[in-house]
Amino acid sequence: MSVEEQEGQVTRRMFTTGAAAGVATFIMTACGPKRLHEMPRERLRSAMREMEREYSARAGKGVTVSDTPALPGVEFAYALDISRCIGCRRCVYACVDENNQSRDPQVHWIRVLSMDKEKGVSFAESNPYYNPAEVPEEGKFYVPVACQQCRNAPCTKVCPTGATWTEPDGIVVIDYDWCIGCRYCMAACPYGARHFNWAEPVIPKDVVNGEMHVLGNRPRPKGVVEKCTFCIQRTRQGRYPACVEVCPVGARKFGNLLDKDSEIRYIIEHKRVLVLKEELHTVPRFFYFYAT
Amino acid sequence: MRLALLMVVGGMVSLGGDGQKPPAASAKPAAAGATEHLEVPPPPFTEGLFPCSGCHAGMTANRTRRTLKEMHDDIVLKHDEQHRWCLDCHDAADRDWLHLASGERVPFEESYRLCGQCHGEKLRDWRAGVHGRRTGSWSGTKKYLLCAHCHNPHQPRFHALAPKPAPVRPSRGARQ
Amino acid sequence: MNTIRLFTRFTRGSVDLIGQGPRSYWAWLVFLLLLIVSGALAYSSQVTTGLAVTAMRDQVSWGFYIGNFTFLVGVAAAAVILVIPAYVYDWKPIREIVIYGELLAISAIVMCLLFVLVDIGRPDRFWHLLPPFGRLNFPQSILAWDVLVLNIYFLINFTVATHILYRAFNGKHYVKRLVVPMVLLSIPMAVGIHTVTAFLYNGLAARPYWNSSILAPQFLASAFCSGPAILLVVLQLLRKFTRFEIRDEAIHKIAELMAYAMFLNLFLHGAEAFKEYYSNTEHLLFTRYWYSGLGEHRTLVPFAWSAVALNVIAFGLFIVPKTRRNLITLNVGCLATYAGVYIEKGMGLIIPGLTPDALGEIYEYYPTLTELRVAAGIFALGFLIFTLMLKVAVPISLGEFSGVSRNSGGIQSEPEARDRAYASPAT
Repeated sequence: MSVEEQEGQVTRRMFTTGAAAGVATFIMTACGPKRLHEMPRERLRSAMREMEREYSARAGKGVTVSDTPALPGVEFAYALDISRCIGCRRCVYACVDENNQSRDPQVHWIRVLSMDKEKGVSFAESNPYYNPAEVPEEGKFYVPVACQQCRNAPCTKVCPTGATWTEPDGIVVIDYDWCIGCRYCMAACPYGARHFNWAEPVIPKDVVNGEMHVLGNRPRPKGVVEKCTFCIQRTRQGRYPACVEVCPVGARKFGNLLDKDSEIRYIIEHKRVLVLKEELHTVPRFFYFYAT
Repeated sequence: MRLALLMVVGGMVSLGGDGQKPPAASAKPAAAGATEHLEVPPPPFTEGLFPCSGCHAGMTANRTRRTLKEMHDDIVLKHDEQHRWCLDCHDAADRDWLHLASGERVPFEESYRLCGQCHGEKLRDWRAGVHGRRTGSWSGTKKYLLCAHCHNPHQPRFHALAPKPAPVRPSRGARQ
Repeated sequence: MNTIRLFTRFTRGSVDLIGQGPRSYWAWLVFLLLLIVSGALAYSSQVTTGLAVTAMRDQVSWGFYIGNFTFLVGVAAAAVILVIPAYVYDWKPIREIVIYGELLAISAIVMCLLFVLVDIGRPDRFWHLLPPFGRLNFPQSILAWDVLVLNIYFLINFTVATHILYRAFNGKHYVKRLVVPMVLLSIPMAVGIHTVTAFLYNGLAARPYWNSSILAPQFLASAFCSGPAILLVVLQLLRKFTRFEIRDEAIHKIAELMAYAMFLNLFLHGAEAFKEYYSNTEHLLFTRYWYSGLGEHRTLVPFAWSAVALNVIAFGLFIVPKTRRNLITLNVGCLATYAGVYIEKGMGLIIPGLTPDALGEIYEYYPTLTELRVAAGIFALGFLIFTLMLKVAVPISLGEFSGVSRNSGGIQSEPEARDRAYASPAT
């Protein structure tokens, strides 16, 4: 065979392969699943309508899925009054209801730690399983921990697929359709704030919260990571997070860090404030304070 | 020292009623007392008792400290009870009102001004939205609760609660 | 169409080679296949139910799978690093050593990637990592780096090994201009994959047990022990069952190098232990959990001390010239090394790193039967790949299997040669 022939063959084969690869690329990028925050608006909209149909059918009631974007000039922050918290766990279950967390296996975004007043803030000697008849218990104080929405978030940095990121208003979110479930973010999180769906989440139909945000409380599939989003579906509508509203002692405070008249700024400027594991330089947007 | 000063300042503001806004509190709602509008739900009256004038209108005020027998016997005062008695807060002339130490009458809807006479710092924090529970909107109208919604004025110490269930401990292996 | 004819002959010949062997060879294959089937069944239940069938939970979110992954990256790295002494001491069968190192590396990398695959919650979304369809968070995520270097390393080894073998099959010498730079590149890449894997853990400030700069050097030191430990055993088996030649001196030299590597490994562990215990900060908890347990939580303690004992024994056997020259004690040393490093780098690295968890809770992780079965299946698959590759590679490098021989089937006629070709690493 001649050299020319051989070259022709190679070219033809290369052309076919190239064309096939090109078509595959086009199909995958144009039609296949994609990261939510890279999707063109119309596609996101139609994806959301699709989600609404699916979730409504599953919940047996009308579900709305919004994609309300971050408000300009807003950076959310949270403050929790350690001197007031009585450890009643109302926040834990309000959060479960609001954010459609799996009831079985149990997923709790908020973990309330009971600590000894004598020992101060010490995770090693904390206990999340306390169960007395009444709280607060003598000699104890309570530190509820959820996502600290770090400005220097170790979790988003390590994600190999870019499935988790910080929104312009400071909320660290996860794209449940893009997460591959490698759990590197869980290893990186110093606050145990990220939770994995070890099995198919179960939420009884009658307790589904039908007001959903695409980056927040919509149902998660098995095998992906989830976490607190500052109730993105509420707070981007101007409302307070569910845990703030339910707290019977008013220990939970929320607001816009960029608004100098917000309660959050008042706390930072007037109270003794601390952040957890400050030495790790995660720079949380979640502050703990002592009002008294 | 600083704390004491703040309390005095806070107290003065409350006493003044329509005085200036507290110097340290720059938060929005802490506008000048007279013009400030704080959205609060109705005070937590015991059902069927208000208006108090319904019974008290024709009665002469008895200012002696005593154990109440005919009425209000469920009230146990545990709020600086050595120094305090009903009419230190409730207005003797018109029981539908409260009154400040200055004698100024305040409605039950503004009872926080009464509490703030002693608890100036708390009042300041409450106005800023830091003390007490808030609902509503973080960016718009915030709903306040009155002090009395959470603290029984006669026994203000916050009562203990039964905690919600503890989380389940992780269990190993298959969960089918 | 010479190429196609040669390739067909190569394929047919390879299949022939794989299909022939003594009874022990078939027993070994059946054994591996049984493990693979059992692993596949366990994995399918894991896919159906979710990772809930493992013992991993939010508290300890990585476990046995990632431990095995870490260990095998070390094996993959060390198998090729062994090329360095091959060059330094200028052995006669350099080419063969390089090849077997690379074949081991290929098998190990396949196992590594499988261990990652079975660990992730959404294996169906694996392609999310692969541009242009997916998105690799490079250079931010060290896991992205790891995916990248592991795959490059795999490709290099695969290319070099298949190239050398295929050329040899065709009676040609490999293309030096292609192979030498790639082999030379594979050496820093080998160091690279293990360093990057160490950095995967090292970079997490949330986990003080891992957040120590000694981690990467210690990874390399222990890999220098475990990789050669496997290869030494394989080389001895090859020598026994084939005409493959390795001088005792070379084996002793590797054993000596392993002694130094083990010394370094133990020294680095000691240095880390000193820092932890003497400074006695709150970060000591993790080290204590490994070596002495925390309260009633003592599941890992026996493993910790077995690893220490095995490593010390191996060091002793390799450092004393008499015992490293005795083949029995040498092989005991290899097994001790393999087991010791396997424990310390599998269970000993991952689990104490996550226990107590970020909020101080102690959840005692140890793998479930499902995890053990899946892991055994992956190991079996790796060994199967390695066995089959050796089955073809050994006759080629010995010149017993060639496309340019007189025989049309590509296999030399004497059956003894075939039977003496690599039989079974199990025996």
